[in-house]
Amino acid sequence: MSTVDTIRGRLDALPDVGLVVGFIGAIWAVMLVLAIAVGGANWANLAAGFVGSVTVLIGGYAILALALNLQWGYTGLFNIGIAGFMAVGAYTTAILTAPTDPAAGAVPGLGLPLWVGLIGGMVMAAIVGGLAALPALRLKADYLAIVTVAFSEIIRLIVNWDGLAEVSLFGVPVGTGGATGISFKSANDVASTLINGVGQPLVTAAEGVGVSGPNLANLTYGILLLLVVAASYWVLARITDSPFGRVLKAIREDETVTQSLGKDTRLFKIKTFMIGCALMGLAGVLFRGQAGYISPQQFRPTITFYVFAALIIGGSGSNTGSIVGAATFSGLLFYLPARLGENISLGGTRAPGNIVDAVAGFASLDPAPLLAYIISNVSTLRFVLIGVVLIYIIQNQPDGLLGHRNEPATSVSLDRPQSGSGGETDE
Amino acid sequence: MSEPEAAPRQETAVTSDAIESPLLEVDGLRKEFGGVVAVDGATFSVAEGSLTGLIGPNGAGKSTTFNCITGIHEPTGGRVTFDGQDITGLAPYTLANRGLVRTFQIARELSEMTVLENVMLAPGGQVGESVLRSVTPGLRSEVIKAEAAVRDRAWETLEFFEIDHLAHENAGNLSGGQRKLLEMARVLMTDPEMILLDEPLAGVNPTLEEKLLERIHELRREQGLTFLLVEHDMDVIMNNCEHIIVMHQGSVLAEGDAETITSDERVLEAYLGGDV
Amino acid sequence: MGIAEFARDGRVVVGERPGAAVVAAVGGFLLLDLVAKLAGTTVFFVGTKLLGGSLTVSSLLSMVVDGLLVGLAVGLAGIGLSMTYSILDFANFAHGDTVTVGAFLGWVAAYITAGLGTGAPIAELFMLNSGRQLSTVSTLAPVLLGLVVAGVGSIGIVLLIDRLTYRPMRDTDNISLLIASIGVALALRYLIAFVFGTETSGVASGGLRVTVFSMISVTDNEITLLVVSVLLMLGVHLLLQRTKLGKAMRAMADNEDLARVTGIPTERVIRLTWILGGGLAGIGGYLLVLESGTISFNFGWILLLLIFAAVIVGGIGSIYGAMAGGILIGLVDSLALIWLPSGLTRASAFLVLIVVLLLRPSGIFGGVSTA
Ligand SMILES: Nc1ncnc2c1ncn2[C@@H]1O[C@H](COP(=O)(O)OP(=O)(O)OP(=O)(O)O)[C@@H](O)[C@H]1O
Ligand SMILES: [Mg+2]
Repeated sequence: MSTVDTIRGRLDALPDVGLVVGFIGAIWAVMLVLAIAVGGANWANLAAGFVGSVTVLIGGYAILALALNLQWGYTGLFNIGIAGFMAVGAYTTAILTAPTDPAAGAVPGLGLPLWVGLIGGMVMAAIVGGLAALPALRLKADYLAIVTVAFSEIIRLIVNWDGLAEVSLFGVPVGTGGATGISFKSANDVASTLINGVGQPLVTAAEGVGVSGPNLANLTYGILLLLVVAASYWVLARITDSPFGRVLKAIREDETVTQSLGKDTRLFKIKTFMIGCALMGLAGVLFRGQAGYISPQQFRPTITFYVFAALIIGGSGSNTGSIVGAATFSGLLFYLPARLGENISLGGTRAPGNIVDAVAGFASLDPAPLLAYIISNVSTLRFVLIGVVLIYIIQNQPDGLLGHRNEPATSVSLDRPQSGSGGETDE
Repeated sequence: MSEPEAAPRQETAVTSDAIESPLLEVDGLRKEFGGVVAVDGATFSVAEGSLTGLIGPNGAGKSTTFNCITGIHEPTGGRVTFDGQDITGLAPYTLANRGLVRTFQIARELSEMTVLENVMLAPGGQVGESVLRSVTPGLRSEVIKAEAAVRDRAWETLEFFEIDHLAHENAGNLSGGQRKLLEMARVLMTDPEMILLDEPLAGVNPTLEEKLLERIHELRREQGLTFLLVEHDMDVIMNNCEHIIVMHQGSVLAEGDAETITSDERVLEAYLGGDV
Repeated sequence: MGIAEFARDGRVVVGERPGAAVVAAVGGFLLLDLVAKLAGTTVFFVGTKLLGGSLTVSSLLSMVVDGLLVGLAVGLAGIGLSMTYSILDFANFAHGDTVTVGAFLGWVAAYITAGLGTGAPIAELFMLNSGRQLSTVSTLAPVLLGLVVAGVGSIGIVLLIDRLTYRPMRDTDNISLLIASIGVALALRYLIAFVFGTETSGVASGGLRVTVFSMISVTDNEITLLVVSVLLMLGVHLLLQRTKLGKAMRAMADNEDLARVTGIPTERVIRLTWILGGGLAGIGGYLLVLESGTISFNFGWILLLLIFAAVIVGGIGSIYGAMAGGILIGLVDSLALIWLPSGLTRASAFLVLIVVLLLRPSGIFGGVSTA
């Protein structure tokens, strides 16, 4: 029995909530240990910073992975335009909520409340997703991939274009801010309000052990984001554990058969695409726009591939796997290496400025410069690691951590009904 | 794109007025793949409530005819009428919802779904196929009720086809014969009016085959279902079908009851010619 | 063909292929607009500018030359993408980074040989940041050496990658292969970043500027790109037409079904595919840097969608299509500036890609075989 099987066996034994909580808890624990190890007297503040940042990452990638799981894991729609749909949602929210009287040099918006902006962003992302889907959904998976990634780049180029940086819409000045980006009402304010309001006693306690205000706000934001993940999970689980979800799975398996059984598959695919894109739009603003500021740089196609990595690690086809994968990816592959690289020092050896000098030291049998160089470039090397992990998983464990689980798409228990009682449910 | 004129009718074909009340009428059906003419002006009809056999040597165009009738392929020419309405070129799901369904010659199970899921997918118009109903708290109870009913029926169907012990198995793990049964179970769950069966008995054991045929007759008697059956086992066709259509090289060669067909020289020739 | 017939055909097109009709209408409008611009006239319609403006013939020509040059390099790089797409049946998202790898290997070789003896520290030379700008006339031998190293080096890299990544996956579905290639792309790109850093380096600039037809001005580096790509394309043509292996490859690239039935691709053909495709990609990248003057760790990745556009426009599997598609996309990317603001020209190439995939997935040359 291989290690992977052992891990799987253990994971299978846990209920889903326990699984997710356990995973995230373990990652928090790792961060805490790291903070204690390197933080000295400042460990509490450092821990709050680490845990907060990793939680925001986990939350963001979990929402994205859940959305992608609906589209690709369930329905087989290979959408690699995630960054574009995130941009549509984020920019819509930004334009709706940016202040009408911005700071000098910034673009004005419509000044609407945040919740209007969030709903508007999701609706717009869904509409754009639907419009993109209409012609594209009949394409083969790999063509759909190319169309969606090209589409997402077009969106990025359009929001980057200075022609739309500030325009007059029916006499109202609005715009994308072009390459400079746009500032708007951030969901971070909700976190700050919480901290300064009901959370005041907590703040005092935290400050007592040295946690800074911004770190506490960040941590609060991360936890709020996890609540959004929980809500998304709840909605998606209900969507997938239903006859609707059954049709989606069937489309993934064999669209012709599904049609032959009376399902208008096109309609199902468009709906699915729209729901997924709405969620991606939401993640676009909550995740990328945490600081109340977005720019086109934040919506490059690479983020799409990170979401794929997260979902594939967790197991495409499983909602729980999406979250576990997002946690593993953002905690262990994305965040941890960078922090390790920053905080490990090699007893006084300063990292050489380039690889030639690093290797030169190696030639004179001194590995320290090369090691130091590697450590100081860990944040670059982690992407190599992500690439290698992706290849390894797709070659050896294509089901990821949880994708092998059979999660039947139904809203009732599927056990054989006992003669006489046919209506029992699991709710 | 200009469509070729509908192919001339085969002189030999018996025209549809031979049948009292046709449910399905196929008129001058034609299908080309590149240069290959797979169906070449096939014309026949199937009486309501009948069990009609469709036979012919390999490559005669039987499966392609099924594909054209059920909207899998767009016919190059000709007309298909179902229940008095022109259905030529309609999408498969439209036809299925009107009660015209089919099974596939090479079973197409949904392999990464369980047997039970495969069967539960089939019933039409399930309330839970609406996202809103599945998600919204108050409305979901309705979905759950409907699901329970679908599940119970699915179990019954699986029991009948004797694959209930495989209910939680992924369909991809089934044997060839079991997949055929799954296909049958699935189409029956759609509450159809007419079923086109493309070699449903291949790989099914003889006892079960007997039971299946019995069931087909029962469904005809009790629910008035209509069947069009492609089958290579001549005994099955001759003993069960009151009307038999023989296809050869894309068109209908002969039509009639078992006696007419067996005594038709051209049929014998077609089969011999095809086999040599 | 009479006018009536032409008009009827037109109606048939509009009726049966509305997408094609829209494309034709847009194309016609742009052409009309171009003519008006060249003539320096502006046409107004109910007070708003409908078309026209002004554009000099020489600026048009220089855009054409730019587009052509980029297009040739993209076309070279596209050959490999097109071949792996049809022979191994997957969209290789690592192809852009192969372009980068080849370019870096070639430029390091060129830079070091050109810098030997000048007293420049080896680290600076290796990191491509001694500030020296190479050109074909001033440093012919290093530039040519770099060209060879770019080709040979990228061949070595793709063969290694195939061995480690794709070969164990020969029987897997094309989406798994695509995902694996995304992993390869990430790993390659950031390995380059690890070694060379993420800064953009200027490494080349034209050493000589010549004016042809007293209107078009090109540099020696641009002429090198032109000559080398045309020669390589000719070479590929000869290889495909004259050698047995080349013919087998063409047959397979053109006809996936045939390939499947006859049981090829054999490992031999696959290896040749990588060798040819990888080598041309590396050289294409090297030449692009020669032309643009700068190199950075992600330029190939940024170029990837453009290469995809070339391949799809030319028809996947068609080697000549990739070359023609490259030139076409290069021209679209450059000429779009006539109608679009500079920030959006790249979008037009992507739009062409999407439109072709939706309306004519077999490419605009319509699956005409490469024979
Ligand atoms: N998709 C297709 N593309 C090209 N040719 C096809 C296609 N489908 C069927 N054909 C050809 O059409 C002809 C009729 O095939 P079809 O499958 O309809 O025959 P059949 O009567 O069902 O034969 P069998 O008894 O072997 O199932 C054959 O020559 C076949 O090769
Ligand atoms: Mg058949």
